[in-house]
Amino acid sequence: MNLFLTLKEVSSLGLCTIWTELDESSDLNVVTVLNCIYDLIQLHRRSLRTLENMEVEQLKSSSKLDYLQLSITRLKEQLEISKRENTGLLERERQLQQKVKSLQNCLKNEKEEMQKLQNMIASRATQYNHDMKRKERDLNKLKERLSQLLVDKKERKQAIDVLNYIGRADGKRSVWKTEKTEAKHEGEMYKTLLSDYDARQRDLVLENAELRRVLHQVKNDMVSLLHLKKRTQKGVQNERDGTQVANSEEEQEEEGFDPGKELFSVHASEKLTNSIRLQWRRLKSHVEQLDSQVSLAQVNAGKSSETTPPETHEEEVDKLKLEIQECKDLIQTQQHLLQHQLSSSCDEITSLRNDGYMLQEKERLRGEWKTLEGQRSIFERERKNFTEAAIRLSHERKAFEEDRATWLKHQFLSLSPCGDPKKPMLSNPTGASSTGVCVSLSSEACRR
Amino acid sequence: MQATCVQYRLVIRDVNTLQILNLYTCLDQISHMEWSSDSLFILCAMYKRGLVQVWSLEQPDWHCKIDEGSIGLVSSRWSPDGRHILNTTEFHLRITVWSLCTKAVSYIKYPKACQKGLDFSRDGCYMALAERRDCKDYVSIFVCDDWHLLRHFETETQDLSGLEWSPNGCVLAVWESCLEYKMLLYSLDGRLLSTYSAYEWSLGIKSVSWSPSSQFLAIGSFDEKVRILNHITWKKIAQFEHPAIIDNTKATVYKEIEKRPAVSSDEMSLHDITVASSLFSTQSKYDISPLPVQIPVVKPDPDRANPKIGVSALAFSSDSRYIATKNDNMATAVWVWDMQKLRLEAVLEQTSTIRCFQWDPRRPRLALCTGNSKLYLWSPGGCVSVQVPAEGFQVHSLNWHCSGDSLILIGKDQLCLCYMDADQNNQ
Repeated sequence: MNLFLTLKEVSSLGLCTIWTELDESSDLNVVTVLNCIYDLIQLHRRSLRTLENMEVEQLKSSSKLDYLQLSITRLKEQLEISKRENTGLLERERQLQQKVKSLQNCLKNEKEEMQKLQNMIASRATQYNHDMKRKERDLNKLKERLSQLLVDKKERKQAIDVLNYIGRADGKRSVWKTEKTEAKHEGEMYKTLLSDYDARQRDLVLENAELRRVLHQVKNDMVSLLHLKKRTQKGVQNERDGTQVANSEEEQEEEGFDPGKELFSVHASEKLTNSIRLQWRRLKSHVEQLDSQVSLAQVNAGKSSETTPPETHEEEVDKLKLEIQECKDLIQTQQHLLQHQLSSSCDEITSLRNDGYMLQEKERLRGEWKTLEGQRSIFERERKNFTEAAIRLSHERKAFEEDRATWLKHQFLSLSPCGDPKKPMLSNPTGASSTGVCVSLSSEACRR
Repeated sequence: MQATCVQYRLVIRDVNTLQILNLYTCLDQISHMEWSSDSLFILCAMYKRGLVQVWSLEQPDWHCKIDEGSIGLVSSRWSPDGRHILNTTEFHLRITVWSLCTKAVSYIKYPKACQKGLDFSRDGCYMALAERRDCKDYVSIFVCDDWHLLRHFETETQDLSGLEWSPNGCVLAVWESCLEYKMLLYSLDGRLLSTYSAYEWSLGIKSVSWSPSSQFLAIGSFDEKVRILNHITWKKIAQFEHPAIIDNTKATVYKEIEKRPAVSSDEMSLHDITVASSLFSTQSKYDISPLPVQIPVVKPDPDRANPKIGVSALAFSSDSRYIATKNDNMATAVWVWDMQKLRLEAVLEQTSTIRCFQWDPRRPRLALCTGNSKLYLWSPGGCVSVQVPAEGFQVHSLNWHCSGDSLILIGKDQLCLCYMDADQNNQ
């Protein structure tokens, strides 16, 4: 069996067969076996060689691998280093760019400033030039005037021409300028200044007093406010216990503060401002506590233990409502009273006033009536005179008519049978009759 | 009484009836006219001829003529006692003080020719005069009684531009020319109380005004701001700025809106034709603009001197409660500030440049005009635009009567009196 296997293997190796079944002898061919062995040894040597080669190759490749790995690590390190360098460089570049930007900004600002300064210089220059030109013009005018005056022979002098000198506005006589008047002027000037300073100081003192009073009031208000808060804030009482005693002590001390007496002492004003600052700090802390409480209450809405803030709130609201109602009632009653007062006083006053007016009116009317009466009597008299005169006039006219009638009758009678002696009468009939009438009229006048 | 001068004639009228009471004729065209403090005399100055004529209201026959001769006349004014006349000669060589009571004549040398070189204190006791000798500025304080020189001191200014007494007569404000922002405060006896300078190098002070209570001094400058100094520390207590865009303020901004009435040609009745003048003149009313508001700004020419930028006009109301300001590059707006709250109270934006504004001497009421035919009034209750019912009348300037009951509106060659009723404005 083994032989068969080895023979198979040898043949598979490609060596010549060393034994076949066809051979007669069962003996192995030594030559072939030797050849075989030689081939095998060759093979072996070859394989050894290849093994060696491969080992060598493997060594080589492992060493190459090592080398490559080394080089990889080296390169990685280098890469790291270069990356770091790169970021460093980028950083620097960024910084430099920022610097560049800021420098550019600076440059811009500087340019703007320079521009502004240039504008300023330009405007100043124009102003100077303008002033210079004006002065030059004035100077030229002056020169002209001077030359004109030098040439001009007749110099017109200054003169005043008044009809009569008038008195001073305040009626006093003007005084000579003497040292006394100078001293008086100085004195008056200083008096004016002093009175101004006095007035200013008085105003400042009043203002100061007012401000002090206000500060004091503020402080008292704050104290009372803190008291109020203390009473309603039951939950925070523990914290307050420690400071309560101190508070009451302070308050007693402060109530002894008399604003009237302590007005002018610096120490007192310092005390006042310090106490105000203290109260304010307390108030602030109080308000902060309240705030925190409120926030807690909002957070734990369901819990019943947090009813103190809403309660106090409701209490406050109720109190305020009551106050409002009271005030409204008060206002209403006051209004009623006022109206009543006004109306009653109004009635009295108006009735008095009316009486007064009535009397005045009566007096006036009486006076007017008197004057009217007087005028009426005058008119009556005049009317009587006129009627008398009219009657007389009518009598006279009647008389005149009668005379005329008689004259005409005479005339008529004279005309028919009478001769010359009546003629002159004819030539001047109107004259005679007129004289006759005149005579009768004048006789009438005399008689009157 | 009211005096008007036309060319060389002086007309005195009664304020309430405008009836002519007196008529005087001067020798030349009148350049300046001024009432004396007791309203008994008027001076008429004729600068060209160097003459001043004084007329008496009580005795129209009384005459007085002051001839300055060859020395010329540049300005003439009364002294506060109404009996002396101060004439400034040409080139500001000297000031001659002529007396109408005595034959005394005083001369004051080296007066300075500046914006406001002479000021009388309100009670008329003292006169402050800016002088310039040897390229240095001085201030002389005279007692107006007998022109006695009370104090003479040098001021710390390079080029003094103006001086003004505080209304209580105890402090004299002295300020530099616009090249430097410097305000100096001197006491009546010549001591320097304080110096105030808001900034350097840029153009400085443009206008100055004391509050009537002497508590505040308002300084308007070329940087479009007004700084208020208080009389106790002479430090700035407030700064009012005039930004082009008004926002974030509780002030009311009134904008004048012009509305042209529609003229329908087919309904021209006789009545319409007779009222034609008012039909064609535009009516205007005020609208309250919602914030933010943009005020039109006109940039001044940078190459010209005295640029039209900065606060050029300041006026306190008589109770020192309000101050009205005008910024020159926003020349169509008047800003009213509340001094109690130290903030902007109202802005009035008009359609054209504001020419003149003045407070009522009795109450907080501001009257302003812009050169058109309307008069504008502002008070804390609101503002109103009143049309002057005269044809072609353009209001160039205005002046309140000292009682605050009437206003004179001065046009080109006409004047108009506006009477204030208790609650309305009528003429």
